[in-house]
Amino acid sequence: MLTIDAKGVYYRELNQKVREVVSKGEKEILLKNVNGQYYIGDGLQGDVKITIEGVPGNDLAAFMDGPTIIIKANAQDNIGNTMNSGKVVVHGNAGDVLGYGMRGGKLHIRGDVGYRVGIHMKGYKKQIPVIIAGGKAGDFFGEYMAGGVLILLNLDNRDDRHITGDYLGTGMHGGTIFIRGNVDKGLCGAEVSIHEPIKDDIAVLKGYLAEYCADFNLNLSDVMSGCFKKIIPTSLRPYGNLYAY
Amino acid sequence: MSHNFQKDISGCGLIGIINKDRTRISGSFVTKSLCLMRDRGNGLGAGYAAYGVYPKYKDLYAFHIMYDEPSAQRDTEEYLKKNYYIEKKEPMPTAPVEGIKIHPILYRYFVKPLSEKAERESAELEDDDFVVKTVMKINSEIDGAYVFSSGKDMAVFKGVGMPGEIARFFRIDEYEGYIWTGHTRFPTNTPGWWGGAHPFTLLDWSIVHNGEISSYGINKRYLEMYGYKLTLLTDTEVVAYLFDLLVRRHGLDVLTACTALAAPFWKNVDTMHDEEKEAMTALRVIYGSALLNGPFSILFGHKNGLVGFNDRIKLRPLVAATKGKTVYMASEESAIREICPSPEKIWSPRAGEPVIVELES
Amino acid sequence: MFRSLVLPEFLAKIDQVKCIRCKRCIQNCGWSVYSWSGDKVLIDTFKCVKCLRCYHYCPEEAIAILDNPVRYRNNANWGFYNIRNIKKQAETGGIPLTGMGSDMPYPVLFDSLLIDACQVTNPSIDPLREPMELRTYLGKKPAKLEFEKGKDGKQKLKTKMPPQIKLEMPFIFAPMSYGSISLNAQKTLAIAAKELGIVMNTGEGGLHEDIYPYRDNIIVQVASGRFGVNPDYLNAGVGVEIKIGQGAKPGIGGHLPGEKIPLDVAKTRMIPIGTDALSPAPQHDIYSIEDLRQLIFAIKEATDYAKPVSVKIAAVHNVAAIASGIVRAGADIVYIDGFRGGTGAAPSIIRDHLGIPIEHAIAAVDDRLRQEGIRNEASIIAAGGIRSSADAAKVIALGADAVALGTSALITMGCTVCGKCYTGNCSWGITTQKPELTVRLDPEVYSERLINMIHAWSHELKEILGALGINAVESLRGSRERLRGVGLDAQTLDILGIKPAGR
Repeated sequence: MLTIDAKGVYYRELNQKVREVVSKGEKEILLKNVNGQYYIGDGLQGDVKITIEGVPGNDLAAFMDGPTIIIKANAQDNIGNTMNSGKVVVHGNAGDVLGYGMRGGKLHIRGDVGYRVGIHMKGYKKQIPVIIAGGKAGDFFGEYMAGGVLILLNLDNRDDRHITGDYLGTGMHGGTIFIRGNVDKGLCGAEVSIHEPIKDDIAVLKGYLAEYCADFNLNLSDVMSGCFKKIIPTSLRPYGNLYAY
Repeated sequence: MSHNFQKDISGCGLIGIINKDRTRISGSFVTKSLCLMRDRGNGLGAGYAAYGVYPKYKDLYAFHIMYDEPSAQRDTEEYLKKNYYIEKKEPMPTAPVEGIKIHPILYRYFVKPLSEKAERESAELEDDDFVVKTVMKINSEIDGAYVFSSGKDMAVFKGVGMPGEIARFFRIDEYEGYIWTGHTRFPTNTPGWWGGAHPFTLLDWSIVHNGEISSYGINKRYLEMYGYKLTLLTDTEVVAYLFDLLVRRHGLDVLTACTALAAPFWKNVDTMHDEEKEAMTALRVIYGSALLNGPFSILFGHKNGLVGFNDRIKLRPLVAATKGKTVYMASEESAIREICPSPEKIWSPRAGEPVIVELES
Repeated sequence: MFRSLVLPEFLAKIDQVKCIRCKRCIQNCGWSVYSWSGDKVLIDTFKCVKCLRCYHYCPEEAIAILDNPVRYRNNANWGFYNIRNIKKQAETGGIPLTGMGSDMPYPVLFDSLLIDACQVTNPSIDPLREPMELRTYLGKKPAKLEFEKGKDGKQKLKTKMPPQIKLEMPFIFAPMSYGSISLNAQKTLAIAAKELGIVMNTGEGGLHEDIYPYRDNIIVQVASGRFGVNPDYLNAGVGVEIKIGQGAKPGIGGHLPGEKIPLDVAKTRMIPIGTDALSPAPQHDIYSIEDLRQLIFAIKEATDYAKPVSVKIAAVHNVAAIASGIVRAGADIVYIDGFRGGTGAAPSIIRDHLGIPIEHAIAAVDDRLRQEGIRNEASIIAAGGIRSSADAAKVIALGADAVALGTSALITMGCTVCGKCYTGNCSWGITTQKPELTVRLDPEVYSERLINMIHAWSHELKEILGALGINAVESLRGSRERLRGVGLDAQTLDILGIKPAGR
């Protein structure tokens, strides 16, 4: 494993260095003393594993295609922006606009996530992006979602906030959202409906959550014991009647 | 000076002489040569620039200023006193000439910016930059005042009249310099204003120019972005300021600056080897707005030498000649032969290819 | 129940005497205007959009498409379309959509500008025989260059040049996405761009694999829907563009109707087949200028700083300050789309009433960037209603580095500016995804026509430069001294930074 000390290093040099060592074939990198550097793993390709000590800056893993990034602390906004494949694991909380336009790969967050998470997520055939958050989420969870899977677990229920914020799945026209707990219809966008998961859904969930639990050393059957709701769009064309031709 | 003229259009004749060994010669030579090209001017403007003429004051900026009226002189001198140490102030020495009935009030000042920078405006500026600012300020803000020379150990003499008349008026034959340029002018549409004659100067840059710069509009706007105030609406002014920007402020050498102003064609750049191609492409891409387009031949004097060059497709004439340590450049061969009947070498520089002559150190 | 009270716009007529019953009109019409009764062609004139496909393919010239002579009663205030739209809304409750640029009679400033020419005092240049240069580079330009003396005594370039997009002429093709136009239309643009040494722009719909080979002539676009955006895509062209807005619909987003999302488009965009492709107005990771900076540099990181990043905005009232902010946020190119710019689909109420013309916008932006001393930091692309090389020359003189052409390029492919792009029925195979229609647009054939048109415009531009006595487009760029206004008020002249004719 190669260790890079990021203390006081501006993102441009840090990321340049990371790209350089990855292009030379490095498979495991430890970034120490990271604090606020943007764009770590941005556009990075390959099967490298990067472990981050400290709080990385915005747009982590933007456009990323393959690598795995482990963050031991909290993370900021815009993680996995338009990410193509690979995986990001956050042991703390993460911020707003996670997985914007995400096209593949996985985002595993142990704690809470902010506003506008999983918006514009895409998906086609086998390329299915997945975001799993262990805590609660802010408003506009899954807005404009066109594909992929969003899972919100509320494992700890540390405060009395509702599991999701308002406008859940508003503008959604593809993909699936699973919520572990009850969903208030009044918080949902007009374009979605709430369902009980069927047997196939449970199997899918179990597959995703097994990997998630392994990442955070959680007990899968405990997590699966919760009551899940499934949220899907009612129409492929939520705005089909808005326009006159 | 708010002369709200139309853009200046003129035809002209040029002459330039440089003694590389710094031998000083009298202005009468250049006058003689210029007077030969009488068909290139029409009496509405002539002028001379000379380097090495003020050896006694060589470390001071020599401001030549023309005033339309005493109030302009009062305002200008008030500003100068606040910001400059004035070693000497005197009326320009002139002689009565029959053809020159009226002329502006003409004064010269040998000055330097106050050494305690805190005492003057814009204390952060270096002396040269401060002088540029002063010239821009007087020319654009003080109505009826115009600085027509502002370099060290160099002088410009210019006005409305035939070259011989202007020479006699300013007593040119009494000055001795090692670089001389001269200009006779054929303006087509501007009223005879003394400031409109060539050379145009800034610091020790002086430009005499034949032809019209068709890219004036964008050259002007490009310079304005860097704080130059183009008040005269004459295309020659842009050339002086472009050299100031490219050579003094951007640090390009004279050849590179000339190459930027009269850039090689893409067709030729495309066939260069990689390194040269990259440099030429960068030069064109960065300085595209400084490209001088349209017909011109230019003589460009500065404290270290004389440069002659013309446009990319040679729409205006330029002839150069050498004899010993002297190099001559002019619009016509005859103008050179008038003062140097048998040069060792005489040639027409190719389009866009500058003739660069530097003084020996 | 009455039939629709919305008056048909056009009256399609067939001269039954001339008609030879060949049924070509039935085959060619993408709108199902014509049908076969057993012995003659029947006409459903309600469906006609006057795209004139049938007219051109009728061997007997038997077809005429007239503006419907039945109009509502003449009224200077309540025009035909005011009344018609209300009736349509009464019947549907929907927002009337439209395509192409605004057809409202706002004054076109280009038509009040005249270009200078040389006479005697400076010579014009013969563009056919003397060199005349149109080459243009898009990207950030350092304010100055540094050289150092090499071992051979020659000056060597020391400054590292930021990435530039090289254009052989100051034209690019405007962004038009795969989905809004057909793959064949995109291929036509790509082939022409390659041949001409210019670039096409993918628009926001991602990049079909067939277009990847044209990588030297592509700008890829990233919009709020992030369709088809991945690291390969970002690196697939010579530049990347962030789309914030579009002149035809400033402040509102893209909305590609489900009719235009068949399998291939769905695959390229990674969304379900038949869904509406949504790219709403804000990019939801950009709510402020520092967020724009964050996305610009996210893209630069992903492309290793090797490609200029462009930011496309609609021309709006405060465009000068916005453009300044974009440049300061790190953009290398600012693409400004005037309110007359085209669109595949926009609510007509938005298209016809929001934004400002490109002429004012370019003048204001170029001025502002110069005042702030940052004009060199970014190139400016002007778009939105450029109809001829004269419009292009004028907007370049106002300050644009290059001009983007959308509608004019489509017209070479058969488009008649009928404005019904949003329906997906384009009979010319341009703004449709129906295979039976798109097959009509052969990229090899139509790219020739497009190349012809751009060559003609280039020649015209050279003629204009020659008349101006200059032999490089740099000397026209921003040279407002060479423009004069006719019949413009003092304030407009001041905004444009030009003098009235006669001065």
